Amino acid sequence: MNGKFIVSVSPHIRNDVTVDKIMWSVVWALIPAAIGAGYFFGIKAIFLILLSVISALISEYICNIIFKREVSIFDGSAVITSILLAFNLPPNVPFFIPIVGSFFAIVVVKQLFGGLGYNFLNPALAARAFLVASFPQTMSASYTAPYYGTISGFDAITQATPLTAIRNTKIMGTPQDLEILLNKATSWESLKNLFIGNVGGCLGETSALLLLIGAIYLLIKGYIDYRIPLSYLLTCFILSLFILPIKRFPNYHIFQIISGGLILGAFFMATDYVTSPITKKGRIIFGIGCGILTMLIRHFGGYPEGVSFSILLMNVATPLIERYTKPRVFGKR
Amino acid sequence: MFNFLAKNRIKKFSFPGGVHPEENKHFTENCPIEKLPLPKIVYIPLSQHTGKPAKPLLNIGDKVKTGQLIGEADGRISANIHSSISGTVKDLKELPHPLTFSRVLTYIIESDGEDIWDEDIKKDFEEKDFSSDEIIEKVHKAGIVGLGGAAFPTAVKLSPPKDKVIDTLIINGCECEPYLTNDYRLMVEKPKEIILGALLIKRALEKNNKNIRLIFGIEDNKEKAIEIFNSYKKDYNFEVSTLKTKYPQGAEKQLIKAILKREVPSGGLPFDVGVVVQNVGTAYACYESCYFDKPLFERVITVSGSGIKEKKNLLVRIGTPIKDIVEYCGGYISEIKKIIFGGPIMGIAIYSEDMPVVKGTTGILFFNDKDVILEKEKACIRCGRCVEACPMGLLPCELHKFIQRRELERAKEYSLLDCIECGSCAFACPARIKLVQSFKFGKQEIIKKERK
Repeated sequence: MNGKFIVSVSPHIRNDVTVDKIMWSVVWALIPAAIGAGYFFGIKAIFLILLSVISALISEYICNIIFKREVSIFDGSAVITSILLAFNLPPNVPFFIPIVGSFFAIVVVKQLFGGLGYNFLNPALAARAFLVASFPQTMSASYTAPYYGTISGFDAITQATPLTAIRNTKIMGTPQDLEILLNKATSWESLKNLFIGNVGGCLGETSALLLLIGAIYLLIKGYIDYRIPLSYLLTCFILSLFILPIKRFPNYHIFQIISGGLILGAFFMATDYVTSPITKKGRIIFGIGCGILTMLIRHFGGYPEGVSFSILLMNVATPLIERYTKPRVFGKR
Repeated sequence: MFNFLAKNRIKKFSFPGGVHPEENKHFTENCPIEKLPLPKIVYIPLSQHTGKPAKPLLNIGDKVKTGQLIGEADGRISANIHSSISGTVKDLKELPHPLTFSRVLTYIIESDGEDIWDEDIKKDFEEKDFSSDEIIEKVHKAGIVGLGGAAFPTAVKLSPPKDKVIDTLIINGCECEPYLTNDYRLMVEKPKEIILGALLIKRALEKNNKNIRLIFGIEDNKEKAIEIFNSYKKDYNFEVSTLKTKYPQGAEKQLIKAILKREVPSGGLPFDVGVVVQNVGTAYACYESCYFDKPLFERVITVSGSGIKEKKNLLVRIGTPIKDIVEYCGGYISEIKKIIFGGPIMGIAIYSEDMPVVKGTTGILFFNDKDVILEKEKACIRCGRCVEACPMGLLPCELHKFIQRRELERAKEYSLLDCIECGSCAFACPARIKLVQSFKFGKQEIIKKERK
């Protein structure tokens, strides 16, 4: 009778949440925004996303073989990375861009550092930064108008996304121009377009509505912690009340929250487990840090949008944040 | 609708961290305790407690009676061992212990089928007052150990150091491990006996302390038990604390924190915050030892799990092999993959059906394919679920990383030694990392290093 029973260390029961389950749920949560990308920017958007996913999976598989690791293309993590990367591309980029980006994200940022769980930067964002640095022209000039609206979402003439338009006017226009522009940008018409996603921008970032649907699903399932997005958005909200361009515009803070990549970044990229703090307090600090950096870059920096760089910078700060936010050990002072 | 405004809403206590596993208590919670028929043979290890093994007193071939002393406590932290049946000592040899798997001197006793009890054991209940010393002496003689699973000699716990002021006695009726219902059944069927036992423990502690509060801590999934104990609390002057159902609510430190908001200091014992915690089963054993002079040679266990036909709560003689229990419970209904002594979270998987029930066995679970998780360990994705689950405020995933890299100093700095091995982190881990295993190993390594 001996020898037929399994002997293992406790616990003998486990929660039914697994890594794969979490990862694939995030993939599902990104689907509404992906469909939205196809709706707003046409079939090319879908192709770009698929291309990104396929090249990520191939890159992952090749790395698995070369590094003699377990095949990890089915765990969903490479799919998330590649979808997020595609979401961060302008709609009219040439087809080689997602291929190069995915390759960089998976091989350089993720697998060279040890694979899932060991990368210290968000692969999708690091790849985007790499693309912006390597192909600046392509990455900034490939924005197109959505099928049913305009790039800026409020003005048929402007040929730039809302945030870029504001930045350009700030640098080159008169204060009067800026005031007129901001008046339009914070109008209900403009905000409605921003919320629905009927504006120019990166593939998956434009529709706050569709992203929120996925985000709420993940929050309810407990797969993302509310602390990072909440502290991130709240910081942006509060700061945009104080850092004003010239004078007070009634909906300027709402405009800041739903324009650009903030919703995508706050719910889907800043919350990446691997590159954000594991402590509760650390997550709040991480979110606040992202918020401050985003607002600083948007208002004073060289780029019109600062979400991806802020998150990357905070990724680097994560170990430090963790060290100083260790929870109090029971029975210790 | 407005019941949250109701005046006498019960305050429910809890602690930070913890997990909510599926309870699975419905299988056995309504099964009255049954007496298992006498086993033909029993295996009684001389070490069933924390501390030194007992010294053997009998030789091979000697006749014994039920309840007769066969192993004598050796040193301060040790416990007496008694025969659980009457018959003949067949052998005394080293056999694998069901909880540690190390070889331990074990009496093998063959039953004569008569079950003749030792003459010292009284038949009838007689109301009586006992002095503190008398109680401690009787509890010591009866070989009582903590029956919640830790098996620490109770007599030692009843005589705390004189410089520690004890102001509260908590009787632990949480039973926070899934599946187990042995404590619950005892609370429902023998509430008065448990209360008398608790009062004896209180009396014993009053040797050096005055005005000790007696509190029963019961999780809110045991409504019936709470109701019963509430009905007695005026007559016997004790309190009942309703606790939120959450694992590990029954862990000593968490229980004290939940009820009294006191934190046992790191590396300290409940004594240090003026508290003694005893399990309900232990209180019952103390009652029997004082009023009947009955040694601890039987206990209540829960038999459950997907693989066993009839799930039951059983009164079992110590030393009964699992085989007998399986037979009484109607055998298996599917192939058994795992047998667990204790609850599914902290219990120990054993490898043979020949293993005997010991004093610290709270239950036996028979798991088939469906319940046995054999998923491969994956890399940590730093999701932080373990951090949220840890009731001690540790960072399990970080500790695991340090131990893997053999950075024991770092692990110690991150309070590895404060880990209570409750398994909440491993339960919550989506990467199925064997965190408890890692921590047990890491602790041993640190202790080894420090001894050098």
